[in-house]
Amino acid sequence: MRDIAIVAYSQTDCVRSAGAANEVELIMPQLSAVFDQAGLSNSQDVDFVCSGSCDYLQGAAFAFVAGVDALGAVPPIKESHVEMDAAWALCESILKIRMGHADSALVYGFGLSSPGELPIVLSQQLDPYYLAPQWIDTISLAAMQARMMLDQGLITERDMAEVVARSRANALNNPHAQLAADVSVDNLLEQELFVSPLRKHDCSPISDGAGAMVIATVDQAKEWGKPYVLISGIDHCIETHNLGMRDLTDSVSTRKAAKMAGMANGKVDVAELYAPFSHQEIILTRALGLGDETSINPSGGVLAGNLMMTSGLSRIGEVFNRIISGEAQRGIAHATSGPCLQHNLVTVLEGV
Amino acid sequence: MSDNEEMITDINVSIVHKYNFTAGASTTRFLFQLKKGVLTGQRCPSCSNVYCPPKGACASCGVATEDEVALSNKATIESFTIVAIPIPNNPIKPPFIVANLIPDGANISLTHLLSECVNEEVYKGQRVQAVWKPEQEWGHDMGNIRYYKPLDEPDVPLDMIGKLPVEGLGG
Repeated sequence: MRDIAIVAYSQTDCVRSAGAANEVELIMPQLSAVFDQAGLSNSQDVDFVCSGSCDYLQGAAFAFVAGVDALGAVPPIKESHVEMDAAWALCESILKIRMGHADSALVYGFGLSSPGELPIVLSQQLDPYYLAPQWIDTISLAAMQARMMLDQGLITERDMAEVVARSRANALNNPHAQLAADVSVDNLLEQELFVSPLRKHDCSPISDGAGAMVIATVDQAKEWGKPYVLISGIDHCIETHNLGMRDLTDSVSTRKAAKMAGMANGKVDVAELYAPFSHQEIILTRALGLGDETSINPSGGVLAGNLMMTSGLSRIGEVFNRIISGEAQRGIAHATSGPCLQHNLVTVLEGV
Repeated sequence: MSDNEEMITDINVSIVHKYNFTAGASTTRFLFQLKKGVLTGQRCPSCSNVYCPPKGACASCGVATEDEVALSNKATIESFTIVAIPIPNNPIKPPFIVANLIPDGANISLTHLLSECVNEEVYKGQRVQAVWKPEQEWGHDMGNIRYYKPLDEPDVPLDMIGKLPVEGLGG
């Protein structure tokens, strides 16, 4: 099997509103940045392009098609799109390369969450017959999940606040973060409840932004002569739509995806977990069996800024950056989709 | 299911979402100019093509189009169709003409209506001119131009369509 590597990654800052910028204006600077890093001129220099986004977020039909204007698709290019986080666009690109249909790929994602009411918009991803018509928003479902954990004694509100305090502190070193601060756990616990038992800080903020990545076979990466990080494994697993049939206090699909991706084949120096709610970071850490040797969400994670449809790719980009800088040798990145961590993807990255 | 129960073939679930839609920074500038009665395009710094309406990027080159240029009210017909059937919710009664027009100064066509013409006598390369609504009705809207109408000017040779400067054929 051909080894595949990440060669470049770039993302916008996480901002509450990108203002008047449309998808093209959001994506284009990130594409330029990764082309510069990889020493390429435009999307004509890669064999495949795949993006991840969801038009429901900004309420503009075919925004993902409009986004192609940022690519320079003349002469025509091989292009695909997933109505998912761009981490899954990476997954598709890897399959394309593994099958021998491409040697390199550009992956990008974007999300304009500010134009709509994100928690309500996301209710439309639920089962369309029984759940979506009830307009159950993502925060309420996550709150229900946290309540189950508290009631079963699996976590305390202090545990949740500790996740938030660490996220805010780590985010002080992340120039892209939207929320960063030096706050105490006691101070967080004094804040009023938002959707019980969640406080506002237990929920990831609403953010606008975009990110892009260039991947290639190791042979191609060597030819380009740029530093690269190996993607030694990637896999994903999904649980049923029926929330009642899932154990919401665990993430079986994450554990399974990590096993299939080969996470256990070495030490995990760093883990970037896509946990949109504080208690979900605890679920994921436990499901993956991560211990003290692993630095968890050194970027602050998505509690510091959540680029819907790009946060999963961003987790992978964060681990890539840490391995390139020499801060870590091996790490994992997790991406999630759906309510209460329904669908999970795990990527294993290794330095060379 | 017992025999006397009817089969459920559909459910009615209305979906209402509210959005603060953003047109994009470049389209916003275009719409503000349109409100002033000026049709503008944006030039690609790489291939020099001028786009109208501009979307902030050259779709061919994949680069940002920052350079804004004012376009003429005169245009050339690149292609057209005569619509013979009524379009649902469209107040315009058929037959009418929808045309791809390239304003002088631009290189890529915009789509608009053609009127004050004999439909059967419209042709490629024909010169047309924008008919604007009264100024007090102008909004941030392409509808400020009510339609284009034929212009008594020499035809544009087919290989020159889309290549005219803002001054027109003689420019």
